[in-house]
Amino acid sequence: MRQETTIGSTGDRHLERKRAWSNWMTGMMFLLPSLILFGVFLFYPMVRTVYLSLFLTDSQGIPVVFVGWENFINLFQSTSFQLSAKATALFVLYTVPAGIVLATGLAILANQKLRGIGLFRTMFSATMGMSVAASSVIWMFLFNPSIGLFNRILAALNIPGVQWLLDPQYALLSVSVATIWMNTGFAFLILLGGLQNIDQSLYESARIAGVSESYKLRKITLPMLSPTLFFVTTVSLINAFQTFGQIDLLTKGGPMESTNVIVYSIYKDAFINYNVGSASAQAVLLFVAVLVVTVLQFKIGERKVHYQ
Amino acid sequence: MGKKVLLYMALTVSGLVMVFPILYAFLISFMQGGEVLQGSLWPESFSLANYFSAFERVPLLTYLWNSLVVSVLIMVGQLVLCSLAAFAFVFIEFKGREWIFYLFISTMMIPWEATMVPNFQTVQSLGWLNSYAGLTIPFFAMAFGTFLLRQQFKTIPKELYEASQIAGISKLRFFTGVVLPVAKTTITTLAIYSFLTAWNMYLWPLLVTNNEANRTVQIGLKQMQTQEIASDWGVVMAGVVMVILPTLILLFAGQKRLQEGLTQGALK
Repeated sequence: MRQETTIGSTGDRHLERKRAWSNWMTGMMFLLPSLILFGVFLFYPMVRTVYLSLFLTDSQGIPVVFVGWENFINLFQSTSFQLSAKATALFVLYTVPAGIVLATGLAILANQKLRGIGLFRTMFSATMGMSVAASSVIWMFLFNPSIGLFNRILAALNIPGVQWLLDPQYALLSVSVATIWMNTGFAFLILLGGLQNIDQSLYESARIAGVSESYKLRKITLPMLSPTLFFVTTVSLINAFQTFGQIDLLTKGGPMESTNVIVYSIYKDAFINYNVGSASAQAVLLFVAVLVVTVLQFKIGERKVHYQ
Repeated sequence: MGKKVLLYMALTVSGLVMVFPILYAFLISFMQGGEVLQGSLWPESFSLANYFSAFERVPLLTYLWNSLVVSVLIMVGQLVLCSLAAFAFVFIEFKGREWIFYLFISTMMIPWEATMVPNFQTVQSLGWLNSYAGLTIPFFAMAFGTFLLRQQFKTIPKELYEASQIAGISKLRFFTGVVLPVAKTTITTLAIYSFLTAWNMYLWPLLVTNNEANRTVQIGLKQMQTQEIASDWGVVMAGVVMVILPTLILLFAGQKRLQEGLTQGALK
């Protein structure tokens, strides 16, 4: 139905304004459902969170007394919050770099042209189909002190078993290992996509020039993959700040608050201790943390990353 | 060739390490109590007893049904709202469009967890606790999906739209008759992604459901794990298998498509 058309210039300003108005109405009709939901379930609650963070609230979460910055000052002085901040920072440090290295390695391995490679890709991406709840239950079993796999391996090597989830020294590390496994599928899929988008002629020239595999990796693959790597890093960082499920199922923030990461701490303050003011202050801090990461992505990402 | 053998070995070892926890859960779900305690890796016989127990001891069928309804509702809701919004961003020119587009982008910077307390209060005051409405409606709008579809819609020639306008075809008909069929693949990708994410939701269902009739299967798992059956790992793993089977099948069927869609969304 190709057809040569020219939109007749109406000339009439009145008509044009009417058309603009009708376009605006139509556009709004298409956008309104999303806009209303964003308004009710994202923008309003964000403003409300900031508002609540400045109040003392009753057990129903209704603001009672305006206290200004007091919730924030109390937070920074409380050992519990300091532990929570420390746990969050360590959790990010344990899970993000290791997770990306693992996913990148798997993606490079799975990017080979080999018979049956599809099967391996499926295996590597499998955790993307696993829910946090199901994965946590499985890892709970693996960490079980008497029948779990890890202690059985240690026993076979004549090493005394470890209380993986009950020992403050190991709990956060254990949860991190489980988390890295849970997040690999998603990071792997994106990185594999990034690898497949690399211009094959680059490798062709490298092959003709006869350079080594490690040279190809350092000078072609990693630089060309850097935008994808950068994206995956940002998403992983933001995800790490938002961790909840595995903490709730594996450790409940314990032992001795060693795994009480920020979202779990918000949940506990709001829905168990009924201290909504403090929970809201922590939610504001979480928002700021995620905002900083996102802004950094835009700022650094534009400059440092090598685009084709 | 030596290199090929080495590659296959590396692939096999890492593949087995990655799927081991899933495979192990499957195997345990067929074991009898004693075998699990002894630490066997392979069940003596593949008995379905644990599955019957799982369905007997917790209302697993109800939970599975709830999860299915919630996931399908969220999926459909997101597809409808995202495609409507994407259509407006591509085909309808109006004042303030840019501005609204930035508003959409900004939603990606708000971590959902930072808004959960007021959201809980809202849903509570609407009387939506323990209801499908409370479990689904807050998730219908999605910026990521809108962008993905916007990218796809942009590939449709503008002339086609203009011609249809001149021919007097309504915008809505152009949308359903031309745009949606063209974007079928991306829509499928988004559908898989939406369903996976919705099925695997944990924190929100935990907050807004507190009775058996409305719980989703993920919260059912938490319940199984914290109850006294926790020591009966075979039954718990049978529950795990029932929870992961739908999403694993969906992932395996749509893996390639999902990967392409996510890459497209990531690199814009």
